[in-house]
Formats: sequence, structure tokens, C-alpha cells
Amino acid sequence: MKRLFHVLYGEPWWHLVALLASFALCGYALAQLLAGDWWGVVQWAVGAAVIHDLVAVPLYGSADWLLHRAVRAGRPRSPRRIAVVNHIRIPAFVSLILLLVYWPLISMDSSAQFRTATLLDPGVFRSRWLAVTGVLFGLSGLHLAFRLWRDRDDSKPTT
Amino acid sequence: MKASPARRPGPWRSPLRGPWLTSVFGAVLLVGIPVLFLTGLLSYAAYNPDLSHVNDKTPGKGLLGFYLFSWPTHPYWLYRVNQGVHVTLGIVLVPVLLAKLWSVVPKLFTLPPVRSAGHALERLSLLLLVGGGLFEFATGILNVQLDYIFPGSFYPLHFYGAWVFFGAVLAHVALKLPAAVKALRSRDLRAELRTPTSRTRPEPFDATGLVPPDPAAPTISRRGALGMVGLGSIALLVVTAGQSIGGPLRRTALLAPHGRSPGTGPGGFPVNKPAAAAHIRPQDVGPDWRLTVSGVGGSVRLSLVDLQRMAQRRSALPIACVEGWSTNDQHWEGVRLRDLAALVGHTEDPPGVFVESVQLAGSFRAVALSAGQVRDGRSLLALRVNDAPLTPDHGYPARVIVPAAPGVMNTKWVGRLTFGATDFPGRA
Repeated sequence: MKRLFHVLYGEPWWHLVALLASFALCGYALAQLLAGDWWGVVQWAVGAAVIHDLVAVPLYGSADWLLHRAVRAGRPRSPRRIAVVNHIRIPAFVSLILLLVYWPLISMDSSAQFRTATLLDPGVFRSRWLAVTGVLFGLSGLHLAFRLWRDRDDSKPTT
Repeated sequence: MKASPARRPGPWRSPLRGPWLTSVFGAVLLVGIPVLFLTGLLSYAAYNPDLSHVNDKTPGKGLLGFYLFSWPTHPYWLYRVNQGVHVTLGIVLVPVLLAKLWSVVPKLFTLPPVRSAGHALERLSLLLLVGGGLFEFATGILNVQLDYIFPGSFYPLHFYGAWVFFGAVLAHVALKLPAAVKALRSRDLRAELRTPTSRTRPEPFDATGLVPPDPAAPTISRRGALGMVGLGSIALLVVTAGQSIGGPLRRTALLAPHGRSPGTGPGGFPVNKPAAAAHIRPQDVGPDWRLTVSGVGGSVRLSLVDLQRMAQRRSALPIACVEGWSTNDQHWEGVRLRDLAALVGHTEDPPGVFVESVQLAGSFRAVALSAGQVRDGRSLLALRVNDAPLTPDHGYPARVIVPAAPGVMNTKWVGRLTFGATDFPGRA
């Protein structure tokens, strides 16, 4: 019996039980979630997964790859060049994460609503993000300069 | 019998991908997401949705409201902390969520796309997991920045979406926890945190589909990758948390919506629905303003001077918004709700009250407060804050302030209090 189930289903029985229990809960909530603008919700949820997996991941993956190519510029890989890549990659990652999360404020997408509701100036976020980005790259650059100076006599620095 | 995994070269070559790294991110989310879910459910309960339809933005909740309880007034900072944790933690987990998704992206392109009926169902569940998760994070992050571009009202979208997401999380944890525990035990975290890029090796190739068949040379260590994700989370924490902590730290919340106060002086603390935004007309709150108080003993109409002649009490209470920001304790002064109840015949054990603003339209222009909220001696119809009359934006001439209640439950520009009612007069 168990063997037959495995042949037909491809997974053990508790796999099916767990998924059916989950689908029951998800389905119950989904019925309410889709009770309003269901097409809008489907576009948002499926769209978010598709855009993340098929656009965002390949995009930042390629950008990272291009960064490597640009830093190496055809020369063989060395710990020093990898260090340069990482001292660009890490502040860029942090800066882009801040941009992603605070995009509505930084892009001023909701600036009229923001000003009406909070009585605050919506124009400050772009310059603040740029300043934070500048500080991140500045600190990273200083750290890199220190590392290169420390390892200046060492032809093969250990990173 | 398990076939040995095929070593098909693919585009995913990062030598860091593997069950251990995925499980580390998964373990962080396994703690974080239940905290988000629980604080979210508590926040919903804080509105006392079962008390009145005006409090309930998700009337179709059915069984999903099984856990609701009458929201307490102790400790007075309960909602402030709950919502600060909910919003700040959600924002701080974004890099971890994205890293987790990055680590498993090769699985999206596994071949064949469907191995069996079980595999097909699991992939469907993963669509609910990823789609539901991104939907929850996106709606929450947009809402706290007042960017209402999502398809519908925030409350039902975020509440029902949370249940869909959490249902999928439960299945995912049930199916993957044993493998994750095994993967976490396969490497020593502390040893990993001492391993530089030059000594970083791929995880052993296995059937999980996470380890690349032809890994590239490492350009960052696992320590470096974890550190990068952690740095992203710390950066988000630093530019966000101040709006919930307040005081001098508010200004550190450089990118958070409420990292500043709109003014100085007694009424300078943050606001999210000023008088102009609520379309409060000067004649509605001018010298002709009267407060109508009703109860079993009949109705009275009180002017501001009448209210000022009643016993004035003081409460130090914060304003805490569903959007996560909050103020420090403000010093409110006014008439206790239970003294107003006594005025209209509820001398002992007053019931709940239906509070209406003079605001003519808009969400939460009326709310129902519970008996417990009315009976708390710190619940006021405040006339003054920080030793000055209320400013128009903070509800002049009179506003409700209740301990531990969400910001919108503290109705501003109050025009009518009906004790024992849970709906507009004539609709009860």
C-alpha cells in the first residue's frame, strides 16, 4: 500500500497530509483575499514572485558579474582584485537594499499624501539616501586603502 | 531508491549556495516570521474588531478571528512595543528574505519541472509561499510609507495575505525542517565564521539541487556573505528604529517616514491625520462646538468651558500607530471617560462607548471602545497636552486617549460620546 502510494504520488504520505492541511488554511484565507479586486491581488502576488525570480535575480546577478569583469579587466584573478570587488559590492548592496525598502519615500512616489498626512517635507529622503550611500562607499574605500597600504610589500596578500 | 544527482552544468555557479547557507537564512526567518505573524495578529486584536463593525476592516474573517480577545489597557505601552517590533522587524528581515530566495533560485529552474504529483503540489505551495511572502512584505512596506498603490484596502489585504503566507510557511517548515536541521549540523557556524575567501570550498554536491554542479571560484567567503546580509539588516535597523523609540533617537531614523517631528512645543509631536487632511472645518470646532454625551440616563450637551469645569485628570500616554512609529509619553489632561459616563447615568461599571468625531468622512471617524477601556482611569477625553490646549492637528477641542490602544482608536475632534452603544445612533 505504502509502495503503491509512493509510486503514484512520488513522496511519502505525510508530505500529502502536510500540503493538504496547508492548502485548506491558505484556501480559506485566499477566498477572502480574493473577494475584492481578485485580479489585482493575483497580479501583485504572482507578479512579485515572477519579477523577483525572473527579473531581479538575473539583473543583480549580471550586475555583480559585470563588476567583476570591469575590475579584472582581462587580468588574472588575484586576492587584491577580489578585495576591490568586495569593497564596491558590499556598500552597493547596502545602498540598494535601503533604496529598495524606502523606494516610495526616496522616489517621492507618495509625496503629496506624505506631506498632507505627516506635515513633514517629503523632499529630504533622496538627499539622505545619497548621503548614506556616499558615507558607505567612503568608509569602504578608506578600509580598502588601509588594507592595500598594510599589504603593500606583500605581493600575495592573504585576505 | 534515489538516483545519484545529475551533474548538469547551469548558469548558477556561486560556490556559496548549498543547504547549509540556505538553512542559516531559513533559521533566521523561522524565528522572525512567527514573531511578525504573532505581532500582526495582536495588532488586529488591538482594534477590538468584534465590538463593532466600525472597528473591523475585515468583517469576512470568519474562523480566522478565532483567537480574538478584549484588548487590555495594561501595560500602557503594549501597542507601542508590539507595532514597533512588527514594522521594524519586517523591514530588518528584508535582506534575509532576499538572501534566502537568492540561495534557492536554482530550484526554480530544476529539470524536469515536475517530477511527480507530490512535487507538483509542493511547487504550488512554494508559489503561495514566495508570492504570499513578497505580497506581505510589499504591502506592509508600502503602507508604512503611505504609498497606497496596492489593489484594495490595506487591512484586508495584509490580514488575509498573512494567513495565506503563514499557511504556506507551516507546510514549508513541516517538509523542510528535518533537512534544514541536518544541513545546519553539517557545518560548524563558528568554524565557518573563521574561514576566509581563500579557504572557502563549495558544500558537498548533493540531491538538494542547491549546490552548483560546476562551482566558480569563490569571490567572497560564507562569513563575508552572512556579514553582508547582516550589514544590510543593521543599516535598515539604524535608519528605521528611531521612529518607534523616539526621544533624541528619532532623528537617527534617517529614511523612516516619522524620523522627524513636524513642530516644536507642546503640540509638536508626530501626527498622521492633521485637521486639514481630515477636512475639519473651523465652524465644527469653533466656539459653537458642543460635545453630546448620551447614556441610560439621557443626553447632555457640553461646551468646552463645561468640560474644563469638570475634574481634570492627567495621563502620560504615547501615540502609537499601526504603521510602527510612535511618540514618547505625552502628558494629557482632561476628563476621565468614566466621569463622563457617570454624567449620563452610568455611575457604576460603565459600559463601552461609541465615539464619533466631527470629521464628516473617512476611515476611523468613529470607533467603539470596550468597557475595559472606558473603566481604565487613564482613559481621558483630553483637552490639553503637555500643559497647553490641544493643537488643531492633535484634535482640538477634545480628543480621546486610551492606554495601549492603536493611534486611530484615539479619536480626535470628538463630537459625540454614546455610552452603551457600538454603532451610530439609529443604526444600532
